[in-house]
Amino acid sequence: MRIDSFAFLPRSFRPLFERPPRLPGHEAAVWTPFSKRLAEAKIALLTSAGLYVKATQPPFDGEREKREPTWGDPSWRAIPADVTTPELGMMHLHLNETDILADHEIALPTGTLAELVLEGVVGAATTRHFSVMGFQRAGLEVWRSETAPAIAALLREEGADGVVLAPA
Amino acid sequence: MPVLARELEAAGFPTVLVTPMPDGAEHLLAPRILGVEFPFGHAFGRPGDRRTRRRVLESALTLLSGSGAPGTRVDLDIAWPQPRGEAYKAWQPKVPSPLVAMMLARQKR
Repeated sequence: MRIDSFAFLPRSFRPLFERPPRLPGHEAAVWTPFSKRLAEAKIALLTSAGLYVKATQPPFDGEREKREPTWGDPSWRAIPADVTTPELGMMHLHLNETDILADHEIALPTGTLAELVLEGVVGAATTRHFSVMGFQRAGLEVWRSETAPAIAALLREEGADGVVLAPA
Repeated sequence: MPVLARELEAAGFPTVLVTPMPDGAEHLLAPRILGVEFPFGHAFGRPGDRRTRRRVLESALTLLSGSGAPGTRVDLDIAWPQPRGEAYKAWQPKVPSPLVAMMLARQKR
């Protein structure tokens, strides 16, 4: 079966998301084979829910977005793999944050991945996972030129073999 | 997010995208796509629903490790447990986003 990609989207938004424009250089498929067995692989998670660690990281910049409604903060945060829900804050002006702040596993399932590691299904989890704020238009260029290379560098440092990305 | 998935894939990291909008991800040529018919902000289910998040994450990892060609898409057959109208309202912010507020203000003019 095919799911309805617009089941929960306001009707007026549908044209914006149905056939979004491809960025220059993104016209062809891209592929890196997964070369290990999952039980020997190290996995990282990435959410676009705008999560940050309250004690040590600034929130994503919602104040500028309020002044410039088409701008979205293109920065990123590294989230420790053993983070707990009460340690996390969330800045995403396009979502109701209630459920994610009640249980961050619904956006960034760090504990669920750790369970799979304990059971031997997955080899390991990276010590840090990643968070961005998903409302991006002009910021996509910064995502490409700065955010993605910075996250890739940390993934390399961590020895990650694959990434599970979950848009919020 | 398909943009980030592609950039990380190009940097040498296999990726899988868990998304409520797989049609758009397919159009943007995300390498591996797991579609979930869940409200925004709930890629792995509802708070406290360990069974669903486990199923979604295991499905994503199976797709990540086992798919053999770019553009592989699998849609998960899990119905959202809330009535659609209720869920549609629940994921949206209490205050309209700055973009939506701007669009509404333009419509009124």
